[in-house]
Amino acid sequence: MKKQTIESSPAGPRPWYDPRVRSIFFQIVAIALVAWGGWTLVDNTLSNMESRGISTGFGFLDESAGFAIIMHLVPYDATMSYGRTFWVGLTNTLLVSAMGIVAATILGFIIGVARLSNNWLVAKISLVYIEVIRNIPLLLQIFFWYFAVLSNLPSPRQSVDVGGAVFLNNRGLYLPEPLTQDGFGLVWAAIIIAIAAVAGLKIWARKRQLATGEIFPTFKVGVAILVLLPVVAYASAGQPLEWDIPALKGFNFGGGITLIPELAALWIALSLYTASFIAEIVRSGILSVSKGQTEAAKALGLPNGLSLRLVVIPQAMRVIIPPLTSQYLNLVKNSSLATAIGYPDLVAVFMGTTLNQTGQAVEVVAITMAVYLTISLLISLFMNIYNRAVAIKER
Amino acid sequence: MFKARSFAAGAALVISTLASSHAFAASTLDAVKEKGHLQCGVTNGLPGFSQPDQDGNWTGIDVDTCRAVAAAVFGDAKAVEFTPLTAKERFTALQSGEIDMLSRNTTWTLTRDASLGLNFAGVNYYDGQGFLINKGIGVDDATQLSGATICIQSGTTTELNLSDYFRAKGMDFKPIVFDTSEQTVQGFSAGRCDVLTSDRSQLAALRSKLADPDSAKILPNTISKEPLGPVVRQGDDQWFNIVKWVLSVQINAEELGVTSANVDDMLKSDNPSIQRLLGTDGDMGSKLGLQEDFGYEVIKNVGNYGEMYARNVGPDTPLGLDRGINALWTDGGILYAPPVR
Repeated sequence: MKKQTIESSPAGPRPWYDPRVRSIFFQIVAIALVAWGGWTLVDNTLSNMESRGISTGFGFLDESAGFAIIMHLVPYDATMSYGRTFWVGLTNTLLVSAMGIVAATILGFIIGVARLSNNWLVAKISLVYIEVIRNIPLLLQIFFWYFAVLSNLPSPRQSVDVGGAVFLNNRGLYLPEPLTQDGFGLVWAAIIIAIAAVAGLKIWARKRQLATGEIFPTFKVGVAILVLLPVVAYASAGQPLEWDIPALKGFNFGGGITLIPELAALWIALSLYTASFIAEIVRSGILSVSKGQTEAAKALGLPNGLSLRLVVIPQAMRVIIPPLTSQYLNLVKNSSLATAIGYPDLVAVFMGTTLNQTGQAVEVVAITMAVYLTISLLISLFMNIYNRAVAIKER
Repeated sequence: MFKARSFAAGAALVISTLASSHAFAASTLDAVKEKGHLQCGVTNGLPGFSQPDQDGNWTGIDVDTCRAVAAAVFGDAKAVEFTPLTAKERFTALQSGEIDMLSRNTTWTLTRDASLGLNFAGVNYYDGQGFLINKGIGVDDATQLSGATICIQSGTTTELNLSDYFRAKGMDFKPIVFDTSEQTVQGFSAGRCDVLTSDRSQLAALRSKLADPDSAKILPNTISKEPLGPVVRQGDDQWFNIVKWVLSVQINAEELGVTSANVDDMLKSDNPSIQRLLGTDGDMGSKLGLQEDFGYEVIKNVGNYGEMYARNVGPDTPLGLDRGINALWTDGGILYAPPVR
């Protein structure tokens, strides 16, 4: 009986000849080798560093840092810890990256569209811009904006004065700082209500358009609501806002908000440089939409602006988004060139001063690399989600 | 570029720590002899301390400290190759074995001695931190600097001293942190900062680099102690001793009046101290694992400490620094080397 079963069921190959078993076996071996390699790497590094008397571990993050940083978005002073310097550096990196991404995107779209303009001059200016900016190394551009622009600005005592409230000199741009007083909560409430109202208006207008075909001027009315409601609230609450106006004290201006030249130079250079790449991506995206689409839109009687907004751009976006994502990633990574002009970003503060004062290169470099990797993966994630939203829906 | 350098240095450290510890147990002296030259880490350009001249030859007191070690090992002061390093890169370069010794106006502190796996092999310049300001600004004393914007080099003890000093005095300041001392000068001349702070010797050097050196002056205040000296890796006592005693030999030679000019005559001296110093008597060299006449080679090729000082930073150089506390203890300074015996 037993013998029969064996004969009747098709006898499978022996385990070591079974392709399925084999492939699983080799995958396990490969994983084990990689894990062993990684463990050896870490273990060897640690034991060798110990045998050479180099401190290891992350305890240093709690030690007091003892150095000052010119610009910090989170509260910081020299008595705080090395761990805090990490957050100061990280927020400064994120700030310049976010500012750069916004500016580069806007500028890149404008130049990309201008490059396709029928106006000869506009098209050629865009062409020259793209070819000049993207072919000069970014580091040189950062130096240019920093030193060329800096040395042309006046010293604090000869500042450029705009209406006695805004000052520009070689130490930065000084703006009045709004200080909210009691009662400003009403204005915040008005802003939130206005946003909700605009969202509701948009839904209502779309429903009505689907039902009747009539178009409601959502944009104009929306802007009006967003501006008027908070202004009315501000006036009725008795103008609960005071301005801290910068004033010359001793060496320099005090009070107000300061935009330091390092941030400005880095921001300008990153934005202009990345915009030249984004412009080319936008141009290729628009050109990828076949001419028939535009002609069809025209045949339907859509005006130029609408056919661009409703027909061309949505299709162009499918081509634009993936390479745009890598430009965003480049911009974030390029922001680490900040260290060349003394902008206190993550690399300058944490991988610079903190690394040096503690001497714990392996830990600090590992943390810094992990942070850039995380930021990049997050940007990729969000851009992929957005990409899925604009991609062709196959039904 | 700077980013890449730091990453490379970090990567080099990781890779080198992967190498078996046997590689590091091997003696630095043997490794240097095998290579045929000494690899020495210096600054990337600081007049008087380490800077290449028009012909590409490195000059400076830190450079001469390296050359003296090369002379002791090979009898040839030219058997050195220099690796220019920023303040940020210097310790990693030494830890990873990229260089055999670091001679880069580096301040000796407890943290560096105890937690970096490094040893300071003496002091070749006693310095202190000061301030360089524009004369037009009308400040005579550091206590008037509240609110000033200050250019500073990243990764230095200077960064910490500055913060401590202003905190202790209850003043505030804005630091602009650059990677190299070149950039701090650029920032200072571009008017980005009111004050440049660094070790006083460096300030003298950097001031000499300004387009108009007379437009700037160094404030009288010295806010810290900065003993600068050569550094080696921990765990190789023989090499540590060699670097330490080459410097001591140079200081002792000045004390005994032995110079590169008279060293050949001094070989015939019957002063036992000089005989031990130059190796005509005793076995001082072989105790260190060197030739018996290593002291002679050091003085013949590089000179004694006084010559080294006068040539690079002394009153007749653009830096024009008096000996001050760097004079011998017999002349009212604090330079005092243990005896060669």
